[in-house]
Amino acid sequence: MIVPLPHILIFSLLLFAIGIYGALVRRNIIGILISIELMLNAANINLIAFSKTTSLAPETGQIFALFVIAIAAMSAAVGLAIVLALFRVRKTVYTDEVNLLKW
Amino acid sequence: MEILTIGAKFGVYIVMALVLVFALGVVTLRNLFHSALCLAAVLVGTATVYLALRADFVAAIQILVYVGAVMTLIIFAIMLTEHLGEKTIRQTNRQSPAAILGLLGFIFMIGLVILRTPWPVTKRALATGTSVMSLGKALMGSYVFPFEIISVILIAALIGAVVIAKKDPEEKS
Repeated sequence: MIVPLPHILIFSLLLFAIGIYGALVRRNIIGILISIELMLNAANINLIAFSKTTSLAPETGQIFALFVIAIAAMSAAVGLAIVLALFRVRKTVYTDEVNLLKW
Repeated sequence: MEILTIGAKFGVYIVMALVLVFALGVVTLRNLFHSALCLAAVLVGTATVYLALRADFVAAIQILVYVGAVMTLIIFAIMLTEHLGEKTIRQTNRQSPAAILGLLGFIFMIGLVILRTPWPVTKRALATGTSVMSLGKALMGSYVFPFEIISVILIAALIGAVVIAKKDPEEKS
């Protein structure tokens, strides 16, 4: 083990917090999707770090990391399709300009 | 041999610092295309961290799927929706100070928990390694049911993305 486990956990915590900041603050929907990808990456780092250090079956964490990568890829595909459909109808990709259901 | 270990250790820390810097770039840069390129750098750095944790196959999949496919999708979407003329438009909403305050509290709390927990890092788990063959056996053995579910969800997402993104026939514009 090159790096101790708490350092990796702190690193992924910071990455996750940066991702939450982006998802809260960005106005562009594509920016929010990018921030969600950052958060999923942080979760993946945690899974792999735990599978390396503490697990008795070291394949488990890596396999769930692969599942997370697959889910992230399909969420990006569906999300970007929704963004394109929205842009075609409303001509905007900014979240505060999409207020069709508000009054 | 000792100097190589120390060098690898410092290399991993440098990669982690670079990943955090690029992640800050992802959420703060005004030009969305630049932040997508920063995201590619973050993903490559994360793959390097996976390599340091001896997860070679996941690192390769990360490069292939994320940097290859997801980045292409995101850059396509940015190029299709971005108005290249209006670079000066405000990219963040007014919740930034509140978000920073809340996230500092979040980082403090979770960091305290991480540093105080006695992690059961066992010598036996550190000594075991994984190979692609053992990953494949686990994927086809213990985890075959979630594997099949993932394939069904992939098909559903593919068809759903096509149906959502295609133009409506009655919409003539």
